[in-house]
Amino acid sequence: MAKTLAQKILQMHCREEVKEAGQIVQCETSMVLANDITAPLAIDSFRKMGAKRVFDREKVALVCDHFTPNKDIDSAEQVKKVREFAKEMGVVHYYEGGNVGVEHALLPELGLVGPGDIVVGADSHTCTYGGLGAFATGMGSTDIAGAMALGETWFKVPESIRVNIAGELEKYTTAKDIILHLIGLIGVDGALYRALEFAGPVVDQLEMEGRMTMANMAIEAGGKVGLFPSDQKTLEYCSQKGFENAIEIFPDAGASYYRKVEINMTGMGPQVACPHLPDNVKGIDELGGIKVDQVVLGSCTNGRISDLRQAARIIEGQKVNPKVRFIVLPATPKIYEQALDEGLLGIFIKAGAIIGPPTCGPCLGGHMGILASGEKCLATTNRNFKGRMGSLESEVYLGSPVVAAAAAIAGEIIHPEKL
Amino acid sequence: MNYKGQAHKVGDHIDTDAIIPARFLVTTDATELGNKCFEGLEEGWVKRVNKGDILVGGKNFGCGSSREHAPIAILGAGMPVVVAHSFARIFYRNGFNMGLVLLEIGDDIAGINDGDELDIDAKTGIIKNLTTNKEIRSRPVPEFMAEILAKGGLIPYVREKVAQ
Repeated sequence: MAKTLAQKILQMHCREEVKEAGQIVQCETSMVLANDITAPLAIDSFRKMGAKRVFDREKVALVCDHFTPNKDIDSAEQVKKVREFAKEMGVVHYYEGGNVGVEHALLPELGLVGPGDIVVGADSHTCTYGGLGAFATGMGSTDIAGAMALGETWFKVPESIRVNIAGELEKYTTAKDIILHLIGLIGVDGALYRALEFAGPVVDQLEMEGRMTMANMAIEAGGKVGLFPSDQKTLEYCSQKGFENAIEIFPDAGASYYRKVEINMTGMGPQVACPHLPDNVKGIDELGGIKVDQVVLGSCTNGRISDLRQAARIIEGQKVNPKVRFIVLPATPKIYEQALDEGLLGIFIKAGAIIGPPTCGPCLGGHMGILASGEKCLATTNRNFKGRMGSLESEVYLGSPVVAAAAAIAGEIIHPEKL
Repeated sequence: MNYKGQAHKVGDHIDTDAIIPARFLVTTDATELGNKCFEGLEEGWVKRVNKGDILVGGKNFGCGSSREHAPIAILGAGMPVVVAHSFARIFYRNGFNMGLVLLEIGDDIAGINDGDELDIDAKTGIIKNLTTNKEIRSRPVPEFMAEILAKGGLIPYVREKVAQ
């Protein structure tokens, strides 16, 4: 049978033959992940399962990135529970202090995930690693506990939607705009229970960080995974990060797809998702002067070095609008250090930005950037559900790092070329 | 497995931040989470629920975060069943793993109004609307999920495997 990318990767980890969409298969897991919110529940379930040790202490990652540095006593207690579990089990990849970063930026950077892997994480944005050609998907804590104990889990073989992306990206249009446009096109349940597979000339040209930004938001269309083929760029990236034995993986010619979607990027400017769903997407010029109180640059979607570079290029020599709080969060300590070395942090500081530590905090209304009632925020994050970032009467708009930088300067959502 | 209670209808694309906002995720206690259930939809929403009531969602119910706290909060609030047009996929797995009964009925969801009295047989998937006197049949639970349910959920399922 000609296989889609999803089916090919599942087959690499499954003893029985992967024959058709809808089939339930048991697959071995390459990496199992949880964070400070989801790991405590996973630990409870793990104990109830009667498990005494994790299946492989090198293949479990526990990343305390959501409420850290701990925002209160309760979150400190949760992290303590995760820390003690990691110690008891001898978990090698435990991150909490100076070595912690936003999990989905951190794991690829450390070379812990790569093409052909099956990664399951108790975090919905685990799908990020699809940018590297991994079948990576979010699950709940109890599923993750099962995978931590057994080193395997079950999947329903998904149908796939093939997304062909053609044309040319404009000067201020980025990977984030492509994925926002797609979600706007197919809707927040457009890929429900299915895999998204990206192809086409624009995809071939995209750097790895852009691919991860796009794969990251597959879940925002309801997708199980968002997959990119593993090509020469993937192999180079993996080799730099120390991920060994990476291989090229492409879908088979003649594989069968549930649906094909064509997108042409030529002439498409920056895209913005308006409140309160990620599919409420508009071209930036359609918006017309929406004033913002806060801008957040960071998260597992857009907190990588290329994102900081794009934003810094726009903000260099400019000042953050005095009515705006511009929060910049490099996603990992390494990105922080690199941004410091390249002078990016200096640019942000001189402009009047707030530089925070690597944390998921504001994205989910956790800490370090909570919105009051009536406030509006433009964020490079992935969700703009009602009340996501604070008050139920606040509003979140989603955009790329260049749109974020332009909004920070102008105090409103505008096309960067109008600055 | 029979359930009888009043329907509490919520809309399409109800996300996990609406079910249980992140600020309450500093506990794993079902009662505490239940007390804050749907706090992201409306403050004090949970006060309208009586034990045994039935939650009725629209399309893509439970989209968003993988947090298992969402089905736990619904159970903690006293609602053992969710009937929806469709479920977001992570929530769907989580629901079964937690022992929350999930029934998908597609467009038939229009036949249930907020406040209707429902009588549900989870085994046959038949939903009787006692207010309108109409019957709705839900899509069957997939075989493998039914197997996990039959073992009492994912925890006993894995416990059996770990013991082997």
